[in-house]
Amino acid sequence: MGQFNYWVYVVLIIVGLYGMMAKNNLMKKLIGMNIFQWAIILFYISIGAKKGGTIPIIATTNPSATVRAIDYINPLPHVLMLTAIVVGVATTGIALTLLIIIYRRFRTLEEDRIIKALRK
Amino acid sequence: MNTEHFPALIVVVPLLLSFVVFAVGLVRRSLCLPIVILTLLACLGFAIGILQSVLTKGGTVRYYLGAWDPPWGIEYAVDHLNALVLLSIAVVSLLVAIHSRSVTAKEIPASKHGPFYTLLLLQVTGLFGMTITGDVFNLYVLLEIASFSAYAIIGMGEGGAPFAAFRYMIFGTIGACAYLLGIGYLYILTGSLNMADLRQLLVPLYESRVLLVGFAFIMVGIAIKMALFPVHTWLPDSYTLAPSAVSALLAPLFTKVGVYVLLRFLFTVFDPSFSSQMFPVLKVLGGVATIGIIFASIMALAQTDLKRMLCYLIVAEIGYIVVGVACANRVGLIGAILHTVNDIFMMACLFTVAGSITAYRGSRNIELFRGLHRTMPVTLAVFVAGALSVVGVPPFCGFFSKWYLVLGTIHAGQWVYLGVLLAGSLLNAVLFFRVLEKAYFELRDESGHAEPHGRKRPLIDRIPLTELGPMVVLALLLIFLGLFSNNIIGDVIEHAIPQTMRIH
Repeated sequence: MGQFNYWVYVVLIIVGLYGMMAKNNLMKKLIGMNIFQWAIILFYISIGAKKGGTIPIIATTNPSATVRAIDYINPLPHVLMLTAIVVGVATTGIALTLLIIIYRRFRTLEEDRIIKALRK
Repeated sequence: MNTEHFPALIVVVPLLLSFVVFAVGLVRRSLCLPIVILTLLACLGFAIGILQSVLTKGGTVRYYLGAWDPPWGIEYAVDHLNALVLLSIAVVSLLVAIHSRSVTAKEIPASKHGPFYTLLLLQVTGLFGMTITGDVFNLYVLLEIASFSAYAIIGMGEGGAPFAAFRYMIFGTIGACAYLLGIGYLYILTGSLNMADLRQLLVPLYESRVLLVGFAFIMVGIAIKMALFPVHTWLPDSYTLAPSAVSALLAPLFTKVGVYVLLRFLFTVFDPSFSSQMFPVLKVLGGVATIGIIFASIMALAQTDLKRMLCYLIVAEIGYIVVGVACANRVGLIGAILHTVNDIFMMACLFTVAGSITAYRGSRNIELFRGLHRTMPVTLAVFVAGALSVVGVPPFCGFFSKWYLVLGTIHAGQWVYLGVLLAGSLLNAVLFFRVLEKAYFELRDESGHAEPHGRKRPLIDRIPLTELGPMVVLALLLIFLGLFSNNIIGDVIEHAIPQTMRIH
């Protein structure tokens, strides 16, 4: 299990997809969507991490000191995920707003009942 | 004039002004639309400037944001292909914004005009950004900006619109996340996110299985965003129920920008030889697209709702473009790019007409269109122009791009593609005949929408000039694009074809 991080993200993605596809309640679909998004964020964060690596700040002021890249974790994927977290928060915000409007209009969040109400 | 900073301005100006629109909307609602129109006019200027500098330079114009060199900084790269798409977005969004004035006044309560126009402008920002960026992660961010504003603004529509928007959001998030995952795999392999840099770094890795997985994820993500056939299911509901101005903006532009991103990945980030030979992606895309054309054309025939019918038409049109790409030769690709541009204008034309008819009649049901030609003759004339263009009648632009698509399929020896293209065009002809028959030939009005006797016929048309003007301009543009299609191909599109494919 040397690459358990990949297994974790794959399992989480499948859980998320299942939630989005199979659940009837829109709120549960939203939770599935969130799990799906956070799984990808975990994936990105794990690819930047290194065993025994430290934060990417060079502590020494001596310009001739040797700096080995292997000692520092890769900050770029982590920075990318800051953006992705903001994206995820925004998605959740819009989704909750939509759910409130849907609940006010249909008095339910069950997908089949909403479809039935729309068919009328 | 110094056009050096135009690539940054075309994204930054609408982005910042969308917040200004929101702030102004809190104080004076009537000022929102003028600001949006002025911003889009400025963007049109930027787009023309960018196209000019690309044409005079004869190659890619690169802009490094914050003067950080790639691959560390974000790069905006404009070549002939995206300069053309940028200009089309600028023209169509400006015309749709002008057209939206009276339609939106009828559909959206006045208290929500501020947020509405904020989202409209954010939407255009995202589309400009997706088109211009040369960085795969920046593309993801801008894709999400465009998608979020789409979810929110579709949710402002009537009846089931929030529900349709929620479903669109679930689908859209899967698409965007698949894309994000795909570029994650490319990043693991190369450590780079810059498109030009990736192209260099990926060549020795074409045999890698990780690369294939990443490529497949990216293709799935883009296919969902551009509503390719089996994953198009979000499109008809959300674009039908969206406010008219929104569907007139989103329907022509968002899917086509998706097509642009597909072309970018197939031919710029990856080498054309990889996309066409090493991995049978073009065959898969072509096969799916042919089924999609037939399916969507038949579904369109079954609709009684004008906007829903047009939505299925979009799915079919995306199919045509992908078939052109799948031919994997020069002529087919010229056809695909030309059809992308033409389709932006054709769909803008048809959807603005649908918006005006909906706003005036209060219904989108085709059965109730009887006698429409008496009250809205000009609107219907514009609709006829759009319809003829979609069917492919010269001198409208649709004919020329379809001509190239057909030539492409013949060059490739793909007789199935050819048959489907022609069958799809015939089905489109039937489709529009059905609408026009109702609107023009059934003179007796039994639907309860009868015009009161003795009322004067309108001088030109029933709808205000701010709606009529943009529609007529769009209809004239369809003819204009058709007549000058040779110049567009010779001066712009030929240069957008990848080097290795030019010989064929």
